[in-house]
Amino acid sequence: MKNRIDACFEDLKARGRKALVTFVTAGDPDLATTEKLVTEMFDEGADLVEIGVPFSDPIAEGGTIQRASLRALKNKTNLDQIFSMVSRLRDVTDKPILLMMYMNTVFRYGTEKFFNNCQKVQIDGVIIPDMPFEERDEVKEYAEKTGVHSIYLVAPTSKERVKMIAEESKGFLYIVSSLGVTGTRKEINTDFNELLAPLKEGNYCPACIGFGISDGEQAKKMAAFSDGCIIGSAIVNIVEKYGADSVEPVGEFVKSVRDALDG
Amino acid sequence: MSKIGRFGDFGGQYIPETVMTAVHELEAAYDKYKDDPDFNRELRELYHDYANRPSMLYYAEKMTKDLGGAKVYIKREDLNHTGAHKINNVLGQLLLAKKMGKKRIIAETGAGQHGVATATVCALMRLECEVYMGATDMERQSLNVYRMNLLGAKVTGVNSGTATLKDAINEAFRDWCSNIDTTFYCIGSVMGPHPYPTMVRDFQKIIGEEIKAQLMEKEGRLPDAVVACVGGGSNAMGAFYDFIKDEGVRLIGAEAAGRGVDTPEHAATVAKGDLGIFHGMKSLFLQNEYGQIDEVYSISAGLDYPGIGPEHAYLHSIGRADYFSITDEEAVQAFEYLSKTEGVIPAIESAHAVAAAMKIIPQMSKDQIVVINLSGRGDKDVYSIARYRGVELDEE
Repeated sequence: MKNRIDACFEDLKARGRKALVTFVTAGDPDLATTEKLVTEMFDEGADLVEIGVPFSDPIAEGGTIQRASLRALKNKTNLDQIFSMVSRLRDVTDKPILLMMYMNTVFRYGTEKFFNNCQKVQIDGVIIPDMPFEERDEVKEYAEKTGVHSIYLVAPTSKERVKMIAEESKGFLYIVSSLGVTGTRKEINTDFNELLAPLKEGNYCPACIGFGISDGEQAKKMAAFSDGCIIGSAIVNIVEKYGADSVEPVGEFVKSVRDALDG
Repeated sequence: MSKIGRFGDFGGQYIPETVMTAVHELEAAYDKYKDDPDFNRELRELYHDYANRPSMLYYAEKMTKDLGGAKVYIKREDLNHTGAHKINNVLGQLLLAKKMGKKRIIAETGAGQHGVATATVCALMRLECEVYMGATDMERQSLNVYRMNLLGAKVTGVNSGTATLKDAINEAFRDWCSNIDTTFYCIGSVMGPHPYPTMVRDFQKIIGEEIKAQLMEKEGRLPDAVVACVGGGSNAMGAFYDFIKDEGVRLIGAEAAGRGVDTPEHAATVAKGDLGIFHGMKSLFLQNEYGQIDEVYSISAGLDYPGIGPEHAYLHSIGRADYFSITDEEAVQAFEYLSKTEGVIPAIESAHAVAAAMKIIPQMSKDQIVVINLSGRGDKDVYSIARYRGVELDEE
């Protein structure tokens, strides 16, 4: 079976649309709400959803997602519960679902068992921000065997590494918009034309820009340089504010970004 | 080492892509300068003229007689400038930072010793300095916070997570991700992504080299055991490294068992940890079944870390070094014992090494020799030991 992420980007390309990737932390404020949020985001125009697996020490995250992780861990959210949640989500959606998580969570669970479970509950891809290209062997064999895409990140500092990383990434390439950690920013000044120039020629997977995108306007700007954009902290901020009542405001926000991207 | 940056299975470079280029840049600079005669001459001069090296190797005669076993020597890293071994590493890294043209230095600190050493050398070398310190640790070690301020450093409190050392490291990494072009991250122990564990060990290995030369002069032979405390493990790696090839020399690390390894309150990573990937390295970590990093505890803020340097994990895995778990109570007793017996007040961290040595010395014969690496001095710990013993001191 074709990976849903690949099918999704092919479909978007055929329709001339940009991808909207959205993120929520699992278990913030509770898993029942997370499940509703995922469905709502798909309903309001998200093409792919990243589910953040909470970690005690998320070194690539800014304050917003750190606090979300902490709230989720206080609820004793764990990976097995997240697998069960995705399994339930698969009854209602056939859109691509990814996990964003730290290497220790995969490793301690057992890398082989982890990927087998991803395959079983139909998780289509994983993003592991503290597993750079150099350490790809940690997951490569298992990811390929189970058909789960391993998505790599490229940063403004990557320069001559961009091509090598892009060749390794499956599904899409995650372009980190600017230096620093996750969290909304007023301005993003990276020269994406220069950063992504090495990928102009050749057959690489799609690229989506994330980190710091706070609204539809910024999303549209970022998507102009790439195949789509990823929004995390801006959504988690809404969840932080409204808790279990965040489904509707998150839906409205996702719709506003979708409209901006399509407009 | 099986491949670059690996000690057997341990080590590696598990860090976000944003800092990968900086880590490679550091690796290249270190490779360039580590065997450079001018760099090494400058570093030796700083060690000698500024840090007060070589540190003394002291024959602890009273302790030897009292324990009635092996002969005890104490390596006096507590007599270094800033009062601990930490200065060795900081001088090396910041000299390298200067060569690399970096203007801003960041560091993490637990008890404050590495922070003070970094602030000190930044003052010396006219570098901007920002130290991340857990808010809980800032309260426990307010004197060191003031000391860093006095030296011109900015101390930034970290409230995330458990507000201790590991969170300070997380925050320093995040700062590095944001300021990669200007900033050099001066890690305080033999941990983090390659090249840090190797580089920090190399800047600390002078401890073991000196022990070897000094003991050769005094006794004409190698020691039978070298004992050092282990948090991340930099003073121990420094003391052990030159002896790894001398198979007759037993290497013993002392880790913090806090209120006991069978309670939830300890930092005994080798005794109770599991293989994991965190803070840039594959090593042993205290963690739960889902890989969430544990809160750890020790009376000693300098050993209060949920992991251990990858080279220690390797030495443990091949059976080359043994790691003893020392409780708060054993460490405090050793702290008091060394103070009364030899007139040397050890850092509470180093007191863990003293306690571990005291377990083996009486069982050894009189013609054997044990060297204890006294990594730091204990002035900073007097209040907390008094508190532990229920003595009220006026801290104002």
